[in-house]
Amino acid sequence: MIATLRIQRGMPGAPPEETDFEVPFEPGQSVLDGLRWIRREADAGLAFRYSCLNANACKECMLLVDGKVGYACTLRLEARVMRLAPLPNKKLIRDLVTAIAPPDERLDRIAAGPKGPEA
Amino acid sequence: MREFQTQVLVIGAGGAGMSAAIAAARAGAEVLLLDRSLIGRGGATVMAQMTVAAAVGPPGTDHWEFHWRDTLAAGRGLCDPALARLLCEEGPDAIREMDGWKVGWARDGAHLRAVQAPGHDRARCVYVDFLSTGPAVSKTLRGVVQRTPGIRRLGDALVVELVRDGGAVTGAVALDVETGQPLLIGAAATIIATGGLTTLYARNSASANMIGDGYALALRAGAALIDMEFVQFFPIGHLAPRLIGMDPIMWDPFRYKLGGRLLNGAGEEFLSAYGTAEQDRYVVTRDLATYAITREVEAGRGSPAGGAWLSFRHVPDATLREAFGPVIDRLAANGIDLTRQDIEVAPIAHYHMGGIRVDTAMATGVPGLFAAGEAVGGANGANRLSGNAITEALVFGRVAGRSAAARGAGAPLDRTAAAPALTLVEGVGPACNTAALLARLQAAMARDVGPFRTAAGLLRALDAVAALRAELPALPPGAPRPHDLARQDWFDLRQGMLVAEAIIRAALARTESRGAHQREDFPGMDDGWACNQAITLGEAGLAIARRAVAA
Repeated sequence: MIATLRIQRGMPGAPPEETDFEVPFEPGQSVLDGLRWIRREADAGLAFRYSCLNANACKECMLLVDGKVGYACTLRLEARVMRLAPLPNKKLIRDLVTAIAPPDERLDRIAAGPKGPEA
Repeated sequence: MREFQTQVLVIGAGGAGMSAAIAAARAGAEVLLLDRSLIGRGGATVMAQMTVAAAVGPPGTDHWEFHWRDTLAAGRGLCDPALARLLCEEGPDAIREMDGWKVGWARDGAHLRAVQAPGHDRARCVYVDFLSTGPAVSKTLRGVVQRTPGIRRLGDALVVELVRDGGAVTGAVALDVETGQPLLIGAAATIIATGGLTTLYARNSASANMIGDGYALALRAGAALIDMEFVQFFPIGHLAPRLIGMDPIMWDPFRYKLGGRLLNGAGEEFLSAYGTAEQDRYVVTRDLATYAITREVEAGRGSPAGGAWLSFRHVPDATLREAFGPVIDRLAANGIDLTRQDIEVAPIAHYHMGGIRVDTAMATGVPGLFAAGEAVGGANGANRLSGNAITEALVFGRVAGRSAAARGAGAPLDRTAAAPALTLVEGVGPACNTAALLARLQAAMARDVGPFRTAAGLLRALDAVAALRAELPALPPGAPRPHDLARQDWFDLRQGMLVAEAIIRAALARTESRGAHQREDFPGMDDGWACNQAITLGEAGLAIARRAVAA
């Protein structure tokens, strides 16, 4: 059986494209398992964000699955077409990655030196 | 290119890194706290389920010296006693400080509730219910970091190389993951708090971003690593049925609270055959349990998925609910009912006893370079006692922060010294499936450098690493672009292969079995090997030297 992940890809400012990836389906897998399979077997450059793999501890893998917000690590892969897209209300970085860090932990906001903002 | 100047650079924002940042800032230093993931979200601390060991019992019930004695015994003669002592002696204060920050330790009235974990002589391990110790510790430290003046925080910054000037570490070159561009950071003191190396193994219990990069940073900067052959495998990592949204080490707290029965494929209790009968109490240490499960599987007595059965079927439903309330519902959502079925468990890479050699000030010997937490080697010797990892993170983090702050202000970074690393971050390499190469490295390590080793297997692993090294292009694939995991994997392979080789060479050299390092071709401890091995990186590659255990 096959799960088809239809993934919205692209950079900010360009029209997004959808790419289909066919992933071997095993019952019990998570959507994140499918995304990691794609990186190993099809396209290592696919951009998505994750850290803790499986535990729903880091909360980094949040995305849109079939139009609803969810975590890739806790949503089950299903043997059908599943549409994945980046979070719509966050700044797009690339593919499924959006800027989810608090503003003061991001490069464009933090100061270069300890005394005041960067010149 | 963005450039930063700071007094104290902390690499890694798990328990150790955040503790270090807080301590350095409180000592008056200006701090830049980096993480390759998000601040306080990646690493191993957030994944810890339970427990945290420290002699915090009511007066007269425990003493740090008892904790120290147990830690040294678990380390099978290889602990650095001074580092172990620091962990145990300062542990209670670190735990109480966390209590003051309202981490939410489980309590019995005025006292913290504690369980007795294997290897401890009494109940000494505090925790946050339910399975929330790590997330609570991370969240609490994150809040304190945010409230502490003098700490700048930056996520998505992967440090790829430390910069040296006249022998001292004077800063770092990092990859800004969001843009793919380099960052240049000048610092008077740098603290490596990047955690361990569990991602080198196919099955592991930590976050995806723990490839051992901090060990490689230290080696390349001239520091020594110690005890690299001692990788701790957690014996009862979840194996089957597939469980999502839960940490694979989640069964440990179940064992603490409810005992549970470990059974082989035939449904028989088997630990007694290895001299460690349990009688419904959880007493077997991690190295022995890993040994027993692996031996049963090898003998054809494993569970269907290749592990052991863990059974709580004798525990009434009401007792399960009382002990783990919401977790029972999460298990039900995964289709698991512990009153009706057993689950399968197997050893899983969990923690690294080895690491960067430091003194009790967390100084590496390279001027300006410090380390903290799991990145440090020595405190736990050949086998870590349950509950010592978070304590180690908190205590060593505080010490490293204070030591780093004492270095004062630094000079601006020498850009010439940073040039080779900048070439890598800005480089454009040929196409290469680095994700597949990384999976091959993990498979080779899991197959031949797991808890049971032979000379033949270790040599095969060394060949596998050499083959990967030959395949990996000299520069990361493609051109710099936003959030490119393929380029990140290239940097992880560069560091991970070096660290893998350090583990393999140390494991080959140690022709005995001790703690977490078991040689099938050299069974049993050999008194002649009651010493540490230190590893350094020179012009000719890695060099290993035996060192007497510190007095």
